[in-house]
Amino acid sequence: MSPLSIKLFKRQILTASLILGLGFLSNVTVAQQKSDPQFEKMMKDSFRAQGIAGLDRIDQDATQKFCSDPLYVASPAGAKKAIEIQKLNMSEIAQPSDGKYIGDWKSGEAIAQSGRGATWSDSATTPIGGGCYNCHQIDQKEISYGNIGPSLWNYGKNRGYSQEIITYTWNRINNSKAYNACSNMPRFAHFKLLNEKQIQDLMALLLDPQSPVNQ
Amino acid sequence: MGIAMTFSDSLRQYFFLTLLLIFSRTIYAQSAADDIAKYREMIADGNPSELYEMSGEELWKKPGGPKQVSLEKCDLGLGPGVVEGAAAQLPKYFKDTNRVQDLESRLMTCMEKLQGIPSQSIIDAKFGEGPKKDMDAIVAYVVTHSKGKKINVSTANPKEKAMYEMGKRAFYYEGGPFDFSCASCHGSNGKRIRLQDLPNLTTHDGAVAGWGSWPAYRVSSGQFWTMQQRLNDCFRQQRFPYPIYGSDVTIALSMYMAKNANGGIIQTPGLKR
Repeated sequence: MSPLSIKLFKRQILTASLILGLGFLSNVTVAQQKSDPQFEKMMKDSFRAQGIAGLDRIDQDATQKFCSDPLYVASPAGAKKAIEIQKLNMSEIAQPSDGKYIGDWKSGEAIAQSGRGATWSDSATTPIGGGCYNCHQIDQKEISYGNIGPSLWNYGKNRGYSQEIITYTWNRINNSKAYNACSNMPRFAHFKLLNEKQIQDLMALLLDPQSPVNQ
Repeated sequence: MGIAMTFSDSLRQYFFLTLLLIFSRTIYAQSAADDIAKYREMIADGNPSELYEMSGEELWKKPGGPKQVSLEKCDLGLGPGVVEGAAAQLPKYFKDTNRVQDLESRLMTCMEKLQGIPSQSIIDAKFGEGPKKDMDAIVAYVVTHSKGKKINVSTANPKEKAMYEMGKRAFYYEGGPFDFSCASCHGSNGKRIRLQDLPNLTTHDGAVAGWGSWPAYRVSSGQFWTMQQRLNDCFRQQRFPYPIYGSDVTIALSMYMAKNANGGIIQTPGLKR
């Protein structure tokens, strides 16, 4: 071979290995983490059922499994998968059976305040709160609020009271994962944490023009 | 002891009154957190953990259990009987049990082997009662002897490394009816639940703040909490099933936090809201 063809040949090899290498790298970064028998065994052996908190609570559904793998979630393949997960969660949201979206903001405030329920020290009849103030600022008068979620002060006043906003907010409270696959917000309707009336009342807290939130 | 109880009761009353004063003022969240920090500094010299520590030292040194032997030959990783700095290098792999162990699980091994106290009796006891009450005191005694020391855990042993990796995976493991993982609350900076600051345990500084300040005396409950109890209540609020005392998931998470915190200064026993 002439020196030129050797040079070309070398370049071809380099290009080929680069492509191979990239392919290999992307394979490494995009795959959902494999199940690890040692890890599964640890999780299985480390917990016991207590009260209403059964061992089935550590069985993951598709959404939980996906969101437990932050490297995959952040990858391009993860971004595609996230859309699939969002569709799955969106598909099970029911619109209010009586067509009413807005309930009573006073009850809504009480639901937003309570962070109780669903732990092993609660009973099956302990009312489950929305726990909203744990993560959100809502009524400005309440200074004890968390900041894991965005502030909801002036929620309706800032966004308006259109049907579009109302439906979006309804969906978001019912199942936040319909919009953001790995949102930190619990899926209140999916796991039957809140019933339809309670969600209507929370809606009123955010979207009734009379609610203190919108003053 | 009677005097000690009265002392601790009045301390608690004082704490509650101070807290009440802090919260009754109309102030913004941030300055409330500042005030709590100031208040913590103010009473740092009178941490009621000292009462647990004193009783723990006695439990360590006096013969106990069915075998009527003391814990003075207990090997916490630095050799039999070495308490100084022992908590700073845990969790750690132990050859005799062929397990990575945290402080509580290692103490259970010592209590069973040296004193004849079955580990299951400690695992089954309620927090703050019976043999777990003794455990709390012994833990307070041991961790006080690592106060001011640097966190220094190793992942050189393959089992330690595997425990760290499983701890990391458990940290991000979502489950339960709220979809929560540890990372839901402890995975980013500057977050709060209500007014409670949440350390970001995935970072060095956050892990030092979290791992480095537990076990601690909790003013709100008037109890000394070991790391096992801290993790237990996290899982409760995470709406998970009940983590078994000293189980591998609790040790794996401890390994994850401790390794992330390596080099940070230990401030145990801490003082918490």
